[in-house]
Amino acid sequence: MTIEELDQIAKSVRAENAKFSQEISVCMGTGCMSQHSERIKDALAKAVEAKGKNVLVRRTGCMGLCAAGPLVLIEPEETLYQHVNVSHVDKVTESLGGRPIPELQCELREHFDRQVHVVLENSGRIDPEKIDDYIARDGYRALLTALNDMTPNGVIRQITESGLRGRGGGGYPTGLKWGTVAKAPGDLKYVICNGDEGDPGAFMDRSVLESDPQRVIEGMAIAAYAVGASKGYIYVRAEYPLAVSRLTVSLREARRRGLLGNDIGNTPFNFDVEIRLGAGAFVCGEETALIASIEGKRGTPKPRPPYPAVSGLWGRPTLINNVETFANIAPIVRNGGRWFASMGSERSKGTKVFALTGKITNTGLVEVPMGIKLREIIEVIGGGVPDGHKFKAVQTGGPSGGCLPAEMLDIGVSYDALLAAGSIMGSGGMIVMDDTSCMVNVARFFVEFCMTESCGKCIPCRAGTAQMFTLLSRFCNGTGTMEDLSLLESLCVTVKEASLCGLGQTAPNPVLSTLKYFRNEYIDHIVHKKCTAGVCNIQAPVEVLA
Amino acid sequence: MSEAVDVKTLTIDGKEVSASRKQTILEVARENDIEIPTLCHLDGLSDVGACRMCLVEIKGSNKLLPACVATVYEGMEVTTQSDRLKNHRRTILELLLAERNHICSVCVANGNCELQTLAQQEGVTHVRFPYRNPELTVDASHERFTADHNRCILCTRCVRVCAEVEGAHVWDVMGRGINSMVITDLHQDWGSSSCTRCGKCVQVCPTGALFDKGKVGTEHPKYPDFLPYLNLMREAQ
Repeated sequence: MTIEELDQIAKSVRAENAKFSQEISVCMGTGCMSQHSERIKDALAKAVEAKGKNVLVRRTGCMGLCAAGPLVLIEPEETLYQHVNVSHVDKVTESLGGRPIPELQCELREHFDRQVHVVLENSGRIDPEKIDDYIARDGYRALLTALNDMTPNGVIRQITESGLRGRGGGGYPTGLKWGTVAKAPGDLKYVICNGDEGDPGAFMDRSVLESDPQRVIEGMAIAAYAVGASKGYIYVRAEYPLAVSRLTVSLREARRRGLLGNDIGNTPFNFDVEIRLGAGAFVCGEETALIASIEGKRGTPKPRPPYPAVSGLWGRPTLINNVETFANIAPIVRNGGRWFASMGSERSKGTKVFALTGKITNTGLVEVPMGIKLREIIEVIGGGVPDGHKFKAVQTGGPSGGCLPAEMLDIGVSYDALLAAGSIMGSGGMIVMDDTSCMVNVARFFVEFCMTESCGKCIPCRAGTAQMFTLLSRFCNGTGTMEDLSLLESLCVTVKEASLCGLGQTAPNPVLSTLKYFRNEYIDHIVHKKCTAGVCNIQAPVEVLA
Repeated sequence: MSEAVDVKTLTIDGKEVSASRKQTILEVARENDIEIPTLCHLDGLSDVGACRMCLVEIKGSNKLLPACVATVYEGMEVTTQSDRLKNHRRTILELLLAERNHICSVCVANGNCELQTLAQQEGVTHVRFPYRNPELTVDASHERFTADHNRCILCTRCVRVCAEVEGAHVWDVMGRGINSMVITDLHQDWGSSSCTRCGKCVQVCPTGALFDKGKVGTEHPKYPDFLPYLNLMREAQ
């Protein structure tokens, strides 16, 4: 495969598409498929054929606005229909080429116009299982350019220049990580893609893998070339069956096109990727636990150093990055690091995909430039809190993150700003809460999550989260005391500082951040025995007769 | 440039000490009679850094490092005793004591228990946390030994000694988080497992979780010191 051959494929795909006067894209991400969007697609294809219309009906990945699904997009008019079901098929077919159907039309210009799509540039635009669709949108051009015209060092320099930081949550500079693995001695190295997305309310990685899997594979191949690896693994949760099946098809397609395997792009570069399924443990998203899991061992973390960059999978130097990080690689190599660095804020470059969930009108996936205000994401792009309720807090970063109140909505979204505010960027989950949420109960929920997902290896996390849960439960049922509160605070410090891995070290964050911003709710529960949000079931104290 | 220098000098609690390149902080400290408390570490077994008792402060870093696995570097300044570390150690011991059912007065290891000794050393006079009182089993199916999960602190010494020294890998860990427990084979009874009856796990167990049958009261000292000797002999071969 050469760049000329890529161009040839792209040209023939475009010529094929040009034969049709219109294109209908039906969203077949997990959200829309849960409402049988595949039936809509089949019905549309049949109806179009029956009416003899010259229209292409295509399945695509996620279009982002999951709340309005199933979604159908008509091009070139860019008409977006929402909440489509099979009964609408005839109407939609009739209207092709004429006026759009007003009652189905989704008019959310603000939602889409404020977004900048880099990672999601192909999501909802291409058939995720067709590699040629990806190639027609500049796919694999970056890989072949890197292989033919760039040195491994040159690739790393572009990534470093882009300022890309790890999208899995830690925010470690990607270029630096790649450089370390490249320099690590050893002739056998590995590249791992971390797709073990486990935060409650987060589905960025799932969506990327379902909508544009080739982009992740291309990113991994470029990384492998840069660090000198010849073997890659994608670790995906078994709870993501659609992502797994699309990845399986995509890997096969990439091999068929000679973009994985031996002598890629007529160069001596060999690289292939295997899928490994997670068995449902949250802690396996931690890199050393993930590596243990791939090796077939119990998924528990190991103390670092040694870092995987030096001694990772089977003791070999290993590069491990998140799905979204790999999804950013191809555009960076294609457009140059400087282009990427021109987006975003001072120390957080580029864009970030967020999964908006909870009490928000436009539930779904959004991609925004770094540095954008939280308020803009929630109130403009997200459409604010529905049903006339009042915004109370936004939880970022999953169980490792914190809850930020309305006063903090004007901070710009970046790794450092969120950390300073007592939360973290995390992988990109954003759970919006309104006045019907009790913050003590929210903290208890996240601590319960960490307690059940703790691997049990180190004591502060194993027993500490369990004690935190007990203390928080006391507040929720009205039996907590102020001594319990100070005990909880001191315990949080130990769990945070003494735990072995990221899971335990960040498990107290939901408690600490709610204590920082919503301390009054704790006091209400403990002293006044009341839950303002009406969530906790506090019994009136029972008089004990002497 | 010449090869990396093999001898490092560093300070531990203000005392200047020398070490070779791959030594851990714990090894160097113990060579120099500086005591760092440990529970999961045992000379002769691989280290897992799980109990977090040996956490130390390193000047210039906010992160605490486990001395059992952290290796030394030139000019490192280690602090092994501080209010912050003392607080963490105390809290960890309290968490352990409240986690399962540790009742010293009826335990065979009373007086010979590493958990008990450490708690005394670190001044644990009472436990601030609510006792969890879990319902746990006692496996007395083995003809020579008994496993009382009420007293297990999940240090995994038994797992390691069985896999690394005996080579049988009968013990392993099952479950997650607070529900983890050590098991024999695939959670069979110890008595019907593939146990070789060597008894190493009993000798390395820091508490009364694994003990010889027929011992009562406080008469069960353990002798894990055979391990470094055994390893030395094996290396010499």
